[in-house]
Amino acid sequence: MTDTQLSDLLSPPGADARPPARPTQPPSLGLGGGLRFLWTQLTSMRTALVLLFALALAAIPGSLVPQHSISPVRVSEFIEEHQTLGPIYDKVGLFNVYTSPWFSAIYLLLFVSLVGCIIPRVGVYAKALRGRPPRTPRNLSRLPAYTRTEVADAAPADILDQASARLTAQRYRVARHDDSVSAERGYLRETGNLVFHVSLLFLLLGVAIGSLYGFRGTSVVITGKGFSNNLTQYDDFSAGAWFSDSDLHPFTVGVKSFEAKFETGTVQRGAARLFEAVVAVTESPGSTPVKHKLEVNKPLNINGTTVHLIGHGYAPTVTVKDGAGNVAFSGPVVFLPQDGNFTSAGVIKVPDGRPERLAFEGFFLPTAVVDQQGPRSVFPDAMNPALFLNAWSGPPKKETGLPENVYSLDTRGLSQLKDAGGDTLRMALAPGSSYTLPDGKGTIEMNGWVRWVKLQIGETPGVAIALGAIGFAVGGLCLSLFIRPRRIWVRASQVNGGPTLVEVAGLDRADARAGLDEDVADLAAGWLSDTSGKGTGTR
Amino acid sequence: MNYEYYSSVTLVTSVVVYMLAMFAHAAEWASARDVAVENSARRRELVGVRSVDAGAAGTDPPPSAPDPAAGQRVEMFGRIGVALTVIGFGLSVVGVVARGVAAGRAPWGNMFEFTISAMVFVVATYLVLAIRSGMRWLGLPITLLAAVGNGLAVTVFYVAVAPLVPALHSVWFVIHIVAAAIAGAAFNVGGIASILYLMKKRAEDRGAVRGYLARVPSSKRIDLIAYRCHAFAFPLWTFTVAAGAVWAEYAWGRYWGWDPKETWALVTWVIYACYLHARSTAGWKGSRAAAIAILGLASFWFNFVGINLLVSGLHSYAGV
Ligand code: HEM
Repeated sequence: MTDTQLSDLLSPPGADARPPARPTQPPSLGLGGGLRFLWTQLTSMRTALVLLFALALAAIPGSLVPQHSISPVRVSEFIEEHQTLGPIYDKVGLFNVYTSPWFSAIYLLLFVSLVGCIIPRVGVYAKALRGRPPRTPRNLSRLPAYTRTEVADAAPADILDQASARLTAQRYRVARHDDSVSAERGYLRETGNLVFHVSLLFLLLGVAIGSLYGFRGTSVVITGKGFSNNLTQYDDFSAGAWFSDSDLHPFTVGVKSFEAKFETGTVQRGAARLFEAVVAVTESPGSTPVKHKLEVNKPLNINGTTVHLIGHGYAPTVTVKDGAGNVAFSGPVVFLPQDGNFTSAGVIKVPDGRPERLAFEGFFLPTAVVDQQGPRSVFPDAMNPALFLNAWSGPPKKETGLPENVYSLDTRGLSQLKDAGGDTLRMALAPGSSYTLPDGKGTIEMNGWVRWVKLQIGETPGVAIALGAIGFAVGGLCLSLFIRPRRIWVRASQVNGGPTLVEVAGLDRADARAGLDEDVADLAAGWLSDTSGKGTGTR
Repeated sequence: MNYEYYSSVTLVTSVVVYMLAMFAHAAEWASARDVAVENSARRRELVGVRSVDAGAAGTDPPPSAPDPAAGQRVEMFGRIGVALTVIGFGLSVVGVVARGVAAGRAPWGNMFEFTISAMVFVVATYLVLAIRSGMRWLGLPITLLAAVGNGLAVTVFYVAVAPLVPALHSVWFVIHIVAAAIAGAAFNVGGIASILYLMKKRAEDRGAVRGYLARVPSSKRIDLIAYRCHAFAFPLWTFTVAAGAVWAEYAWGRYWGWDPKETWALVTWVIYACYLHARSTAGWKGSRAAAIAILGLASFWFNFVGINLLVSGLHSYAGV
């Protein structure tokens, strides 16, 4: 049954023609009229439907095309592989779907439509809350549920009094009319619906606050060293438009130790089993450090800033002596994992080497094997660590002060060292071993290795709002979907001193409710047996 | 004792039993072809409507002269089907529990475990509906789904028992997965009901309701059942997505990151929101709304199977 038919049924006696709900043709358009027309269109249910669909559709490409915000590396790979498609995708924002103008337009329109939809409904709802149940339709037998019965020895007024009492006991709101009673219940459904839709607005607000004031960055910290919370210490950092540097709390996190365990059984061999770091947190300069355990899923919360453990890797420790025999570099160097078995790539730069500066480039393999595929790691834990390097040398470079990427080698001004046969020099180092470069250019010793952890430091204000909004949304949804709004009418009439004719009819306003017929029948049955028992559902 | 082995054996057996149940229901519907249309589902609908037919059941063709022997045959096959489904259900419960015991944790660590658990919820939902509300007509598609689901699980998705990776050690993960499995079960039943609704509606519009379709309730009533399933599942799915976001906040320090899995959870959610809207929009209720519900189910499945297997993301814990 459509809404139109229902409202026809509900129209009060005498009102045969109903004015159309909405003009089907655009009114003759002045500017104001045009705007009003647009607004009506935008806030119509159909538009909401279309916009929701558009949102679902628009979200899809972002899950299939690599995204800048998630994996910039895969975006570059994609562009390299697809020479023609790449630039086109880039232009239409397919690598940044969720911040693209078209995606934003859809959800902003949706929320504008939502506001336009909520405001009038709140008004209508407030009126309905104060109002009385609707008047009794003239012809009850046309309603979806209807029954009639005759009672011999009761006056219509008594019947109606009884009906009022029973319906009130069943928590209906009841209105008594001359020859009838009308009752309604289930107002909470509309409450739930409004709460749900308003919660969506708060959810958007929470998310917006988070992305405007929030920040997030990562920092690689070698065990034994520390991180202090200022911009220079971040490897990468992103923040919302309204974030300012002074929002960073001046705490430090010292990484005392880090333990990683991996599956050594045959099933899922190499899968991560345990990551656990011990850190010392100094909340503000001068306060005493406090030890904490930091694990995956168990972030630290330091005055609202969260610190997550999100990655780890290896840093071989090396000592390099230059051609003059002096120690030109000593310490751990962070190598970045390239695969699940932690084949790690990195660069050792020795700018202070004299007479020539030196540089090394290659791989650290925690569990090294060398086979026809070349050297690679076959297990993520350090069971047979080895360092495979090439070497470069060149005249000293002037300090420019420009920041340099520590993970890649700028080979300008450097030449690669060759072995005696004229091939590229390759060396393999195990902990404790060293290698002497040809032509007295120096030596490199691998002292051992340490682990590093990748910390993610961030703050997302507005989470509480978003979370609360979702809670209310779910609650509102449940009310909206499970409450059964129902209207019941009882009419009692007596013709010329005959038996009293009792008519009971009901209407469910929401989709898909059950038990209406039973309720109506039960109510009527109360007079049949002439007991005043309350109607209970029969099966 | 080797619980892992018992788990596999009972699950494989459950696939066989579900298939037998499916054949029984197929036989039920096949023999129903020649029987009168009046059936228990329809009778039940009319219970309680004492004075007025609400119009809800009015679209079925009038009953023709019943043939008692054929009627009994239908009933027998139907009962066999339900009995077999109960056995298959028992077996798959044992399979899931044994798997949990073997792993020493809740059995929701990978795609295999999630599938067998979700199938338990699907069949449980169906059995409650079939036994309490006389909805045995769901038997054929549900047993098909259960056989295919568990069948895929033990063949394609199977992985041996292994501990969880650290990112999955979280109460929120458990809450998230259980809610997802229950919501998924209800979406599946709702989706099946929507498919049946479309079939029945078409048949009704053509005036040619025969065979299996004659035994399912009127399109109006199936529509209602589909709606109830979705109305139950949707808030739960909302909660599932929210619980996932909380878990993500703990695991990765962001509650939403447009990971493919998250994105498709949202897409699924939005499609079902469309469904609920469509039901109250003139011109969209009925067949179009049902089509949207089916689209929602497709999106749910794609998120589950497609994203796990095809796209790499933080959530790709399939372990296959
Ligand atoms: C942000 C996007 C939106 C979402 C996710 C959403 C979601 C939902 C959901 C899940 C329902 C079903 C629950 C219920 O019946 O209360 C619903 C109902 C409803 N929505 Fe929305 N909605 C959105 C926007 C809108 C807009 C823009 C409008 C205005 C046209 C609107 C109007 C309604 C109405 C009138 C109902 C009640 C339908 C009924 O009485 O059955 N919604 N919405």
